[in-house]
Amino acid sequence: MLLIHCPYCDETLPEAEFAYAGEAHIARPADPMATSDEEWRDFLFIRTNAKGPHYERWRHVHGCGRFFNAIRDTVSDRFLMTYKAGEARPALPAKEGAE
Amino acid sequence: MQVTVEELAPVARFSLRVRDKGVAAVGKALGLTLPGRIGERADRGDLTALCLGPDEWVLTAPEDARDRIAADLAAIYARAPHSLTDISDREISLRIAGPAAATLLSIGCPRDLDRLEPGRGVRTLFDSATVVLWRDGPEAFRMDVWRSFVPHVRPLLEIGQEELAAGL
Repeated sequence: MLLIHCPYCDETLPEAEFAYAGEAHIARPADPMATSDEEWRDFLFIRTNAKGPHYERWRHVHGCGRFFNAIRDTVSDRFLMTYKAGEARPALPAKEGAE
Repeated sequence: MQVTVEELAPVARFSLRVRDKGVAAVGKALGLTLPGRIGERADRGDLTALCLGPDEWVLTAPEDARDRIAADLAAIYARAPHSLTDISDREISLRIAGPAAATLLSIGCPRDLDRLEPGRGVRTLFDSATVVLWRDGPEAFRMDVWRSFVPHVRPLLEIGQEELAAGL
């Protein structure tokens, strides 16, 4: 089982307490009426499908209940870091310092 | 391997949501300092506040204190907006105590229970049911289980008890 660090609880806890919630840092267009069909399609459906580090949202649903963001390597399933929702997209952490 | 499982008498339970400046005011109205770290609890007599999330606490108190707590917090609502919801009837508390209590809980709880220190409590899972797990002492746990999950959780604990008694 994966162990995930919850930035709100500040504890590393089993994956069973968490729920995956899609790719992170996808902002809803401020004025949906002004977006073209293609932009709206991209917002709704087009994702990066990264092979390697992936910025994604998780929710500590059976715990503090909070959404937060994580960087997970989709090849190794290793969590590189987690950070609170609303924080700026961080740069990729150096390989040696990965948790 | 000794462990007992018993159902506790009903208590008054509230879900409290409040943030920022309101936290201190609500704590003052309750007569305690609301703990700021998730998993910590604060007590004043029979009243207990356990921090479950960054802006979420669960309050427990004897049943006859229910109306007074609701009235005390309603009185400060204008100054300190918050949400106080009576959830007394939502959960049933089970007490799991004895030298094998942590072993019994480990059949359904994915957490490392050794790291849950006595005097703390957390929301976690027990075999897919969300529960609030309190550690009242080194060998004493209390588990608040949603009412409709009890017919699933209780028999599972009983099977675990039988397995422990049989030395499995």
